[in-house]
Amino acid sequence: MTRHETIAAETGAQAVLSARNVAKSYGSVQALKGVNFDVRRGEVTTLFGENGAGKSTLMKILSGVIQPTSGEIVLDGAPVHFDSAAEARDMGISIIHQELSLAPNMNVRDNVFMGREIMGPTGVNYAEEGRQTRALMRELEEDIDPLTPVEELRLGQQQLVEIARALSVDARILIMDEPTSALSASEVEVLFKVIHDLKARGVSIVYISHHLEEALQITDHAVVLRDGTMTARAPRREIDLEWIVHNMVGDNFDLGSPPRGHEMGAPALSIRDLVLPDPNRPGRNVVDGVSLDIRAGEIVCIYGLMGAGRTEMLECAAGRVANSGGEIRLNGADVSGLSIAQRIEKGLVLVPEDRQRDGLVQTMSVGENLSLASIGAFTRGLFTSRRKEREIVDRSIREVTVKTDGGGAPIGSLSGGNQQKVVIGKMMATRPGVIMLDEPSRGIDIGAKAEVFRLLADAARERGLAVLFSTSEVNECLSIAHRVVVMRRGRISAEFGTGTSKEQIMAASGESAE
Amino acid sequence: MSDTTATSAAGRSGPGIDPVKLLLEGRAFFALIAIIVVFSLLSPVYFSVNNFLIMSSHVAIFGLLGLGMLIVILTGGIDLSVGSTLALAGVCAGFMMQGIELSWLGVTLYPPVWVVVILTACVGALVGVVNGVLVAYFKVPAFVATLGLLYVARGIALLLTNGLTINDLAGEEALGNQGFAWLGFNRLLGVPIGIIVLAVVALLCALMLNRSAPGRWIYSTGGNARAAELSGVPVRRVQVLVYVISGICSAIAGLVLSSQLTSAGPTAGQTYELTAIAAVVVGGASLMGGRGTVRGTLLGAFVIGFLSDGLVIIGVSSYWQTVFTGAVIILAVLMNSIEYKGGRKAPKPVPRKSAPA
Repeated sequence: MTRHETIAAETGAQAVLSARNVAKSYGSVQALKGVNFDVRRGEVTTLFGENGAGKSTLMKILSGVIQPTSGEIVLDGAPVHFDSAAEARDMGISIIHQELSLAPNMNVRDNVFMGREIMGPTGVNYAEEGRQTRALMRELEEDIDPLTPVEELRLGQQQLVEIARALSVDARILIMDEPTSALSASEVEVLFKVIHDLKARGVSIVYISHHLEEALQITDHAVVLRDGTMTARAPRREIDLEWIVHNMVGDNFDLGSPPRGHEMGAPALSIRDLVLPDPNRPGRNVVDGVSLDIRAGEIVCIYGLMGAGRTEMLECAAGRVANSGGEIRLNGADVSGLSIAQRIEKGLVLVPEDRQRDGLVQTMSVGENLSLASIGAFTRGLFTSRRKEREIVDRSIREVTVKTDGGGAPIGSLSGGNQQKVVIGKMMATRPGVIMLDEPSRGIDIGAKAEVFRLLADAARERGLAVLFSTSEVNECLSIAHRVVVMRRGRISAEFGTGTSKEQIMAASGESAE
Repeated sequence: MSDTTATSAAGRSGPGIDPVKLLLEGRAFFALIAIIVVFSLLSPVYFSVNNFLIMSSHVAIFGLLGLGMLIVILTGGIDLSVGSTLALAGVCAGFMMQGIELSWLGVTLYPPVWVVVILTACVGALVGVVNGVLVAYFKVPAFVATLGLLYVARGIALLLTNGLTINDLAGEEALGNQGFAWLGFNRLLGVPIGIIVLAVVALLCALMLNRSAPGRWIYSTGGNARAAELSGVPVRRVQVLVYVISGICSAIAGLVLSSQLTSAGPTAGQTYELTAIAAVVVGGASLMGGRGTVRGTLLGAFVIGFLSDGLVIIGVSSYWQTVFTGAVIILAVLMNSIEYKGGRKAPKPVPRKSAPA
């Protein structure tokens, strides 16, 4: 490959920061499998990849937030080792996380100098801090008073404060993780202008975004990650949108196909004109008039970017948050006023997205986790029946094929994929009619993913289970789902049958073509 | 994929005995043995059935408070009001023993002892309801809500008695309300009633925690309230329930204590909430919730009770007693953090939604 050789030749001169053969494992999950990555001096290097491809992991390694399992990091030609983000920052590497890490109750000046206060003879030298902050904000062409509390700033301005903070430590390398996801179009323009200025000052930028077209406007060099490995890299002039999508998604791994040959029943779950206000942005709706029907035995996939309202819609249907408008019907009966427990009893269950936070009780065993949602099924009178419980646990372990040393094993001893199966098994043990799964494949390897999808497909075919799952990986839309619903900004923007393409789905989500 | 095949029962390792693990898990038990051995060597009167029974009567109070506290702590909460509730319960019982004067009817009611016991338990439950509703529905941090009740309950106890102690709890034969002293003084087969009460309450608590749905709810609420809620556990009702149980346990402790002392004082049980927390912690429960057992808490109560009584018996100054008790508690917490650091090995989540990789 001539391109490969040229890159090798180029990198020697141009790479300011490189990852060499960097790998990172979390337990049995390999997030990165030996990645080479170069940050090019004075340019914008954009990292493309789907969720779970390893982008954030790589950025955290480069910025010292986490340490690689193997491989090395080279800064200005010399191998370095960062024990903490502060160490990397001292070497001129700053990261701006997707969620801003500002203290909203403090003012701009104090945020910029948080943890690095300039000390004078009588304590913190506020005057000097203020002067420097003002100078930084002037450089960014955003005239914000250093004494303004951060919570009073617009999100775009807050982002600039983060950038100011990075610049205040003379960052030579600035990593931006999804900087535009919360910005308005005009704020994005300001940000891009700032990026151009930074480049002109010799700052090297690593840029991560799901908005491919937007990223193409700003990038000088593209690198694509998939499943923890680098699949392609090229300068801007050689690439287009199609190239990115192809390399991001890759060839299809077989995640199954929609189950066929069974009768689909009446609509099991009907959502009508569902409205949910956004708690963070008054006056706006995070779910804005969504209507959706899922029939018994049908598998429907919801695709959408972050913030499209998928999670909120599912949590509302499960009863965690009340809907402010519209209705949710289960087998024709309105369930809007029911509690989570009542909905579970009626056969409507949710497998939450974040299994550590919402799915598992870490202090309990595998078996206790599996039986948690169906305690009623093994309670006789006042007391639980151990025999009945063991039956339920053993059956669940078999059904969802959890690999464990039995129900008594601690939940932390399982791999990510098996933990996810426990969460799914817990809800399946209640014998639901409708199962909703929020990003069921997050953080589990491809084999476990295929198994999860297969067991959902089997349940749909054999028991007439209605399945509604959300994903942000376009490959998964084209697996077991009979129907793909694309959500965008709280609304359903498109609906596809099985014969659709990845490009169509991504376009409808607002990910690529506007 | 090797990790996707089902081998549910295979690979179960034999019950190997790891001495370090055994020592860590049974630490409260070994501590109790050590305390008994050391004090028996230091004092000839320590090791006798009679002394053990006397010390156990003291333990009964802390044990009852500790069991209620355990159940609250299992959900990740804390109940600082137990000492005050104990005093309030004692005072209420004493108040009822004096006769309830219904001035508008011109009569004075002298309820029998069993009615007094039930009404007193209701007083404890009421304090618990207030605690629970504040914590579960008004989202007041448990520490603050129960701290408030600590003051309120104590204040009411003082108001009821004008700050005085009720000394006459014996009742009168003519009024049919005798027998209050039975709780504190009588023995059944040589065992003080207080200890039997503790054993019964402990048994009920253990049954509830291990063999009933609310028990499972309590553990799951403390382990991960969000996950429990999404699994259909009525988390808020569970939170109210645990404070009610703690309130009832405190009221029972108050009855036993005032019976033992044959007096009900509004200042009884001060700082007992801290002793109860200590018993729970020494018993190996995690203050973060989700971990802890009735057996451990009982052992913890015995460790603290036998230690402090032992120090009294060998004549160590009360100042040193405080120092020793504190040291034991710190040691227990240190060992808890060692145990749970190893046990709570949740694999780090692979990049979450908030930071897609």
